[in-house]
Formats: sequence, C-alpha cells, structure tokens
Amino acid sequence: MIIQALAFYLFAGILVVSALMVISARNPVHSVLFLILGFFNSAGLFILLGAEFVAMIMVIVYVGAVAVLFLFVVMMLDISFADLRKGAMQYVPVGLAIGAVLLTELVMAYGVWAFAPDALANRGAPLIRFEGATNAESLGQVLYTDYVLAFQLAGLILFVAMVGAIVLTLRTRPGVRRQNVGEQHARKREDVLEIRKVTPGTGV
Amino acid sequence: MLEIGLSHYLTLAGLLFTIGVFGMFLNRKNVIVILMSVELMLLAVNINFVAFSAYLNDLVGQVFTMFILTVAAAEAAIGLAILVVFFRNKGSIAVEEISSMKG
Repeated sequence: MIIQALAFYLFAGILVVSALMVISARNPVHSVLFLILGFFNSAGLFILLGAEFVAMIMVIVYVGAVAVLFLFVVMMLDISFADLRKGAMQYVPVGLAIGAVLLTELVMAYGVWAFAPDALANRGAPLIRFEGATNAESLGQVLYTDYVLAFQLAGLILFVAMVGAIVLTLRTRPGVRRQNVGEQHARKREDVLEIRKVTPGTGV
Repeated sequence: MLEIGLSHYLTLAGLLFTIGVFGMFLNRKNVIVILMSVELMLLAVNINFVAFSAYLNDLVGQVFTMFILTVAAAEAAIGLAILVVFFRNKGSIAVEEISSMKG
C-alpha cells in the first residue's frame, strides 16, 4: 500500500511539474520534451490503476506519434519564439484568476466525490470479462462487440484526418521537371519523328 | 493520505486541466503551445475516465479513453497541418495575424 502511494505521488508530482514546464518553457522544443515526460508519467499512473492496455496505447500514440509530430513542426518552422512571448505577461493575472476559480470548483466537486449506492448496478461492462482475462482481452471483448460501430467511426475519423492533413500540406510547385513514365510510354515514333526527302543543295 | 482513492486521481486531473487552461492564457500568441495545452487538457480528461473506470469496476471508461485518444491524434495532425500551411503563406504563426477573414 505504501509503495502504491509512493508511486502515485512520484508519477503525479512529475506529471504536474512537467505540465507546468510545458506551458512555461521558453524554448518550444523543451515544451515538447516535457510533454513527452508527462505522457510517460501518465502511462505509469494508468498502469497503477490497472489499465495496462491504455497505458501502452498512450505511450505508442502520444509519445510515438503526436509528440514527435509536434517536435517535427516546431523544428521545421523557422519561427522567432522570442517575439511570440512579448507581451504575454499581461494576460497572466486573468489566466491566474480563471485558473484559480476553475481549480477551486473542480477540487470542491471532486474532493468529496462518493458513488451513488446504485451506481454499480448501472455499469456498462465489468472490468474483468471472464476468469483470468487480462486487461487487453477484456477491452477487446467490449470494444469489438458493443462498441464496434464507434470503433469503425474512430477509424473513419483517423482516415479523414489523414486525407485532410495531406490535402492541406501538399502543394504542386510550378516549373519542376519530373519524369512522367506514362507520357514516355505513350510516345510513338510517328508523333515525334518526321522523315523528309531532302534534295541536295536546297536545305529543309 | 497513504490510501490512494478516487479523489486523488480526480484532484490530479483537475490540476492538470487547470494548467492546460492557464497555458492558453500564458502563451496567447503561440499556436503550437496552445495545441500542447489542449493535449494536456485531453490527458486530464483521460485520467478522469480511467480513474472512474478502475474505481467503478467498469470497462467502458477505458474504451472511451481510446476514442478520445483517436480524436486527439486527429486534432493534432489537422491542427499542425493548418499551422504549416499558415506559416507558408504568412511567414509567422502569431495568433493575432490570423484575421484575414475579418471584413
């Protein structure tokens, strides 16, 4: 129990500190790296909660894809980040006020949370589907039966996002000479070659 | 204090969500950091879902977490693509300059 509590406080502490560093770091590359650290620690929290599959997905999707995408964009764009920070401090009081109000409300709502007596009767699917099932097996049994439509729609969303990102960033540059294999193969000798009889001494 | 209950996770998620909101105010001009703040807020929501799922002994929370993950990945991809196109056209990513549609 002590070890569990220590692990929770370790993961939660690093997560909060790295989140603070994400929003306050001067260099956006450092922000992205702290974001990755935060995702790793939240994956640790998920393992602590017994959700191993979500924890692994977290590492693969967030760290492996989303954070690296951020890193690519931050490093590829040539932006003067010092200019972007200019005048940012004037909004800090407003942000602090809104954040304090939001945090107080959330803690007041969450701190005294208690389940309704009949909450357990209303649950959608028990955590362990059958005897000896792992988290991933149970998740698959729920995801591919009750939520198969939502699962397919999630795939569709990803597909649309992929097509959208490609359409947005693809550009055809004018004046680029590229090999057109189809055009080359469609060329016939009659179209491009002309044979003329030239009488000597007159020219073409 | 040593007994980790649901309130601990919910408080952590609330703290994380607040940091995300505050990050938007702190980095009002930088779209990239604003997108990162959005990711932080989605992470807080995910922690809420998984904590409820574990303490309510209900698997649906974890299923929904995966859908949120999907939407977050799609949002990041589209957002960064728009950002790249905007930078290509304007040479800057300052939020104030995104006002060409204003009459």
